[in-house]
Amino acid sequence: MIGSNLLRAASIATIASLAFGTTAANAQSLVINDEETMITQAPAAAHLENLDEVFSGWLFRTSETQTLQMDDFDNPGMIFVDQAIDQWDVVEGAAGKSCASCHEGGPAEFAGLRTVLPRWDEEAGGIQSMEDYINKCRTERMEADAWKWSASTMTAMTALIGLESRGMPVDVAIDGPASGAWELGKEIYYQRVGQLDMACANCHEDNYDTMIRADHLSQGQTNGFPAYRLKNAKLNSIHGRFKGCMKNIRATPFAEGSDEFRALELYVASRGNGLSVEGTSVRN
Amino acid sequence: MASGVKPRVKVPKTAAAGDVIIIKTLISHKMESGQRKDSDGNNIPQSIINTFSCDFNGQNVITVELHGAISTNPYFQFKATVPESGDFVFTWNDDDGSVYTTTKSIVVG
Amino acid sequence: MDYTRRDALILGAGAATAVFMPIQAFASASDDAIAAFTGGAATSDAGIELTAPEIAENGNTVPVAVSAPGAVSIILIATGNPNPDVCTFNFGQFSGSQSGSTRIRLAGTQEVVAVAKMADGSYAQTSSVVKVTIGGCGG
Repeated sequence: MIGSNLLRAASIATIASLAFGTTAANAQSLVINDEETMITQAPAAAHLENLDEVFSGWLFRTSETQTLQMDDFDNPGMIFVDQAIDQWDVVEGAAGKSCASCHEGGPAEFAGLRTVLPRWDEEAGGIQSMEDYINKCRTERMEADAWKWSASTMTAMTALIGLESRGMPVDVAIDGPASGAWELGKEIYYQRVGQLDMACANCHEDNYDTMIRADHLSQGQTNGFPAYRLKNAKLNSIHGRFKGCMKNIRATPFAEGSDEFRALELYVASRGNGLSVEGTSVRN
Repeated sequence: MASGVKPRVKVPKTAAAGDVIIIKTLISHKMESGQRKDSDGNNIPQSIINTFSCDFNGQNVITVELHGAISTNPYFQFKATVPESGDFVFTWNDDDGSVYTTTKSIVVG
Repeated sequence: MDYTRRDALILGAGAATAVFMPIQAFASASDDAIAAFTGGAATSDAGIELTAPEIAENGNTVPVAVSAPGAVSIILIATGNPNPDVCTFNFGQFSGSQSGSTRIRLAGTQEVVAVAKMADGSYAQTSSVVKVTIGGCGG
């Protein structure tokens, strides 16, 4: 049962109640625009040996930060979604096409896509993230330049497409052809690295719901990505966040868009199976 | 014009005469505070939105003078009285001389 | 080397002195900013309300709201910032209430001050202390 560490944390930050068993100043239930209810707490997937329940990072934030995500207008990440809506119709590349040229149904064609990514892709012969699919469209269909993995245009577009799956539970496949990459991701998750000799699991599995200095450690779920972080006031990609974590533990990060990070993205996403896609979330 | 500046405003579409309505505005802008240094240690000059205003049918609702302590992607929420149908005009003035405007209509019936 | 208790005390004393000076400087810059707004007039502590979090999760984006019924303008001052000026709300003819909300940057734990100029020429002032936390990885 979690919550044992919260009394000492409660003096520093206002903490959630039901899930974490203490005072109730911040919200427990994430309802966006008064109408869309997110699943922020779910039974852990069968493959998770060390957790009983999984929690959205939203539950770990202060009430002020939580509030920012409860209304699409108050959510600063949505200005980037607006930018992506404009970008959708921008013709680029030698083929003279925009996103809209092929995807006549608009971003709504991609409802549900966020929930199953990253996934095994037979044609690519590996795990593909949403960024891969966007760049494939750009380079092969539009004959335009690929975007950098965490370019502002890219995070905005992944936010727009991800929004079509908002509320739907994450449901990435880990078996079949994906299993090799999933195992690699799991290995990376538990592998201690860097000068601080820490693994993902040390913070996000062993010590979530405790304070690391003034930060309330979450389970490191990816269901809210791309996430608007107060820290840098922009949308952050999953791989970008992985990179930041690795730098924090004084490790040499894998490259964004590397097979290692794709594998880790798959594994971490699978740890959040059952939680709602929240993108575009607001985090610290 | 600073790149990627995108205004968003939220105004109810309808109201009764004399209603007090809530307006929210957000604009994507870096709001470079003038307090930061670049990688060579040189000060990055201030580059912010210095004024925001909202007018209704030519009369002022609110004017805000901004300084470097306003967060990136400036957000404002305030209230307006609407005596009649008309247009809200929102204006942001950038230090670089750019002016961003957007308009929202409201029907009073 | 290992720090001894004595070393720590000496270091602490030095740090305290180093921090003390700029705080004084900021306070005076804030006083100047307030005086520039009020023209040095006395302020009442009634009729103005400032809502700010007791603890801000991140100093980059701190939501604040201010309200002063009957005000023509309200100034916000962050006393602990290098430049204490935050913003000034000026209310026009179609203002629905003399209130406003925004998101501000705070350089550290500090007092945020709001001063309202009332329609009758009087001034009201209030303040709120916001603790700004220094994060581990997230901050």
